[in-house]
Amino acid sequence: MSTVSWITARGLLGRRRFLLLFPLPVLLVLLAVLSRALGVDPNEWGPPVLVGLGLAVVLPVIALIVGTGVLGAEIDDGTVVHILTKPLPRWQIVLPKLAVAAGVTAVTVAVPLYVAGVLASSVRVGLALAAAASIGALAYCAFFLALSLVTRRPVLLGLVYVLIWEGLLGNVVSGTKVLSIQQYVIALADRFAPTELLATDVSVPVAAVMSTLIAVGFTALAVDRLRSFSVAGETS
Amino acid sequence: MSVTSVEPRSAPAPTGSRLELAGVSRWYGNVVAVNDVSMILGPGVTGLLGPNGAGKTTLLHMMAGFLAPSRGAVTLDGTPTWRNPEVYRRLGLVSEREAVHTFLTAYEFVLASARLHRLPDPAEATRRAIALVELEGAQSRRIGTYSKGMRQRARVAAALVHDPQVLLLDEPFNGMDPRQRLHMMDLLHRLGGAGRTILFSSHILEEVEQLSGTVQVMVAGRLAASGDFRTIRRLMTNRPHVFAVRSTDDRALAVALMAEASVTGVELGQAELTVRVSDYGAFTRVLPKVALARGIRVRQLVPEDESLESVFSYLVEA
Repeated sequence: MSTVSWITARGLLGRRRFLLLFPLPVLLVLLAVLSRALGVDPNEWGPPVLVGLGLAVVLPVIALIVGTGVLGAEIDDGTVVHILTKPLPRWQIVLPKLAVAAGVTAVTVAVPLYVAGVLASSVRVGLALAAAASIGALAYCAFFLALSLVTRRPVLLGLVYVLIWEGLLGNVVSGTKVLSIQQYVIALADRFAPTELLATDVSVPVAAVMSTLIAVGFTALAVDRLRSFSVAGETS
Repeated sequence: MSVTSVEPRSAPAPTGSRLELAGVSRWYGNVVAVNDVSMILGPGVTGLLGPNGAGKTTLLHMMAGFLAPSRGAVTLDGTPTWRNPEVYRRLGLVSEREAVHTFLTAYEFVLASARLHRLPDPAEATRRAIALVELEGAQSRRIGTYSKGMRQRARVAAALVHDPQVLLLDEPFNGMDPRQRLHMMDLLHRLGGAGRTILFSSHILEEVEQLSGTVQVMVAGRLAASGDFRTIRRLMTNRPHVFAVRSTDDRALAVALMAEASVTGVELGQAELTVRVSDYGAFTRVLPKVALARGIRVRQLVPEDESLESVFSYLVEA
């Protein structure tokens, strides 16, 4: 494990903010278990729980907390200077941090989605959801990590993207779905395990290409922004 | 305590490193934080002195590659510091903000720095750096439990772990108790003596006086004075002073004082005398004698305008 990822992981898991990661996945599993136990038809509870809660809320919100945290928290408290005053090419800072963020997000989200998918349909659907969510975790984290270098309010802007763009506009204006990570994840999961529970207008090739573009593009942007990282000027 | 037991590792490099600023300015919108500063820093300890808000931190950030100059260039041995992580092989920075990974122990913190520098023997470099700041006793405790001075030393150890040629420190003595201050001064002295280029900023005259022979004085974004500290100190003490004096007979005292060579002007106010003086020492010696000879009792003697800002602004005009 590289020193950057070690510090990042300690910083992420050592902060109280880490506890924020648990309620949503737990809620997801609870709802799935409850629906199954009460004998509700999976076609009824599947889409709202798996997609409406799991892919539309749990995945992006966890990715938002983690993705903006791995670098953003260090920028906020100034400790980022310690890592930046080292003769490291900046990609060697961004990539380990992205790996930790995507890894933590993927584990936190994929496990409850797998459980919920198994309860709703089959092991195959569970695995497909977990795999697609992991790809989504990488794309979301790359986006949110870059956001934390571009703006001082990455969490706010990230929430606007998730809630307004993906959540609201995605349902009203179908064109915005082409630029929605959530739709890529649904398309990919549906490709891995075709099921009635998952439906989207975005084609699989578009989803695959766009996910890659987002992950690579925002990572490159983050590396470039970190290269020109400026310490905020003193106003006193 | 033993302060001289550990010496910096290697002998001074034959030439040392050279940090050069050429016509450096930095502005934020309409506000000019640093205005056309040029200086060359070589081996030894240099103090960057100036009142708060003079642009010291902005200048240090530009030196350390954390801010792009709006105009001009900052170079370390000929290569720019901006967008060039390679300079950190030769440069260490201790920023003013007390930012540390509180969840790490000092040992882990310094070791992480050594590893990030890809030093051949990180554990040995860590041991050496921690010994240099005398933090061995507390190295296994989480930094979160440290006092401000100890945190500062942990940060200095992390900045020194790769034995840099150039060390920049922003207000390193803030929040330190006198003993820690002495220890830090001693450490910087030794590093400077070993051929390292050390620059520290301060808004306190006495700190700079004790530590460095060379100073760069910044006022309102400009380099107001630079060079030998004693010369600048003399300029500061020999500047005209203004005193407010209250006595039992202001008018008689005014008449008597005008005869003194050290007094350049007297103004008789409603409640007090305003006395302008060319020689601080001579005036304070002569005033009691004059008053005594005239049977006047001096009730109050207040030097006006003794703030550091006014001292500095005098330097700008000089």
